[in-house]
Amino acid sequence: MTLRENPPRESVPAHGTHGTTGTTGTTGTTGTHGTTGSTPEEADYHTWTGKARGWLLKRLPADKLLPEDQPSYVASWIYVFGMGAIVSLVFILASGAILGLNGPAWYHVSDLGHFVNSVHLWSVELFFMTTVVHLWGKYWMAAWRGGRTLTWITGMAAFLVSIVTAFTGYLLQTNFDSQWIAFEGKDALNAAGIGAWFNVANLGQIFMFHIILLPLAVGAVVALHVVLVRMHGVVPPLEADESDAQLQSGARHDSDAQHASGEAGR
Amino acid sequence: MSTTHLRATRADKDGLARRPWRGTVREYDLFKELTVALVVMGILTLGLSAVFGSPDEPSVTLKSWANAAPADFVATATAELGGTSETAGYGPPYNKTPDATQTIGPLDLQSFSGVQLPIDTANDLVIGPLTTLNSPPPELADWVGASDTQRSNWATAYSDALTKATDNDPANVATGAYGPVPVLTESLLTMAKQGALDGVLAAKDKYYNFDYTRGTLFLGDGAYFGDLATAQHLTGDQWGMMNETGNTPGQSWLWLFSFWYQVEPFVSAPNADLLVVLLMLLLSVLLTLVPFIPGLRDIPRWIPVHRLIWRDYYRRR
Repeated sequence: MTLRENPPRESVPAHGTHGTTGTTGTTGTTGTHGTTGSTPEEADYHTWTGKARGWLLKRLPADKLLPEDQPSYVASWIYVFGMGAIVSLVFILASGAILGLNGPAWYHVSDLGHFVNSVHLWSVELFFMTTVVHLWGKYWMAAWRGGRTLTWITGMAAFLVSIVTAFTGYLLQTNFDSQWIAFEGKDALNAAGIGAWFNVANLGQIFMFHIILLPLAVGAVVALHVVLVRMHGVVPPLEADESDAQLQSGARHDSDAQHASGEAGR
Repeated sequence: MSTTHLRATRADKDGLARRPWRGTVREYDLFKELTVALVVMGILTLGLSAVFGSPDEPSVTLKSWANAAPADFVATATAELGGTSETAGYGPPYNKTPDATQTIGPLDLQSFSGVQLPIDTANDLVIGPLTTLNSPPPELADWVGASDTQRSNWATAYSDALTKATDNDPANVATGAYGPVPVLTESLLTMAKQGALDGVLAAKDKYYNFDYTRGTLFLGDGAYFGDLATAQHLTGDQWGMMNETGNTPGQSWLWLFSFWYQVEPFVSAPNADLLVVLLMLLLSVLLTLVPFIPGLRDIPRWIPVHRLIWRDYYRRR
């Protein structure tokens, strides 16, 4: 693996400039923001919109949202499972959209429909496999450290909402399995007092939950989770220390970069 | 090392995790990773779908039940008439059966919801559907005109007689004081065999149909439906909630939910569902809030799995 020094960053847009290329560290002068002040904190935003933009740019500048590099410790196969889960979700949504547009009875009578249903099923299986590995990987990294608590909580929320979504999908199969799950599943929901509003034998109600409400919830929570991951970055190793070689070299460079950035800012 | 010092050390380390990384970096291409992941997971998903497909065991209808197991159907219809079926004694949200709810001490969430989906098993599952026939059996008038006690006595006597009859076959039932019950249940059986009962229970004099609650409960009150589920390893004591028909993996992520139903004290608890739901809620909350829970959040420091994950970093430090 090729490592290199941490390039100078301008993670917040300076007055009169914006855009930084992470690989080369060059700073462009390609436009104006129409505000005063050298950073979003200092900028004099006049409107709610401007203040919101400043708030967002401060927390999630472009080079954090779409990075071209990662800390050197991000070098393990465990990191691919989060992306695997997101990509599985893409296949779930795509196959689910086709199934939804054709109605719940289509896959019983069409070979193409049955194949799309199979894609929906297996993408869900892969989603949960990758999600669970991702979740436990993050647990063993204690990935909530350094202000990443909400990232962990949104990840857990995505996992739990996904379980409910998958459950409603199994109820929508309109076959023997869904019949039995509806009959057996009602007891736990009724015991919890929610069986009337989440009636597993009411196909219309479950259809709405599965194709609209719960996918929106999963999508929103996953999006928030990903944004938080990008905002806070990947958590450093446990027991990482300022004296570690990989920090020392970068730290020296970083101080140089800060100096250079300060020069450019003036 | 004192606790205070440990806490301070941890705060220092978290400080390093809190600030932007100032160390060495490696090249990373988010969009390239996304594209590669799409291709790899796409091949995997399409491949698994092509090779293994997905199960689609046909649903059971009241018609198929009545034709395959008429004795079970008649026994179930008799229980619905007499108010002795599982649904009749279920409690909220279907009816007000006393002491039927699952509780933990004073906690009675089932009653809290109230009777939101009222089902009178005799009228909704037997008498009502029979009145929709072009020529309803005249014995309906006998049932409607009888007292609750008389109805209960007829249904109980017929239910007992069915249990004692050879093969539980209504044709082998000894003569007795069953009132209109044999005729009513036989008429419902005929209606079901012809397929008319499925539509009547689902639509209830309406054109559109979204709600299968009554049909599902009626099916579940019989033995036939459960026997089919047992053959497909789907019942609760067979880890059923995480299984799928055939050999296809089901909701394996519900393994812990299913697990509790296999062990004491849950197996024999009358309020097992409530206990398991609350336990799973508690465990889910604990895992969600693990960053705040001393002990649970420290396990990753005690068991150094992270040494494997970041072995490259530790080798270079």
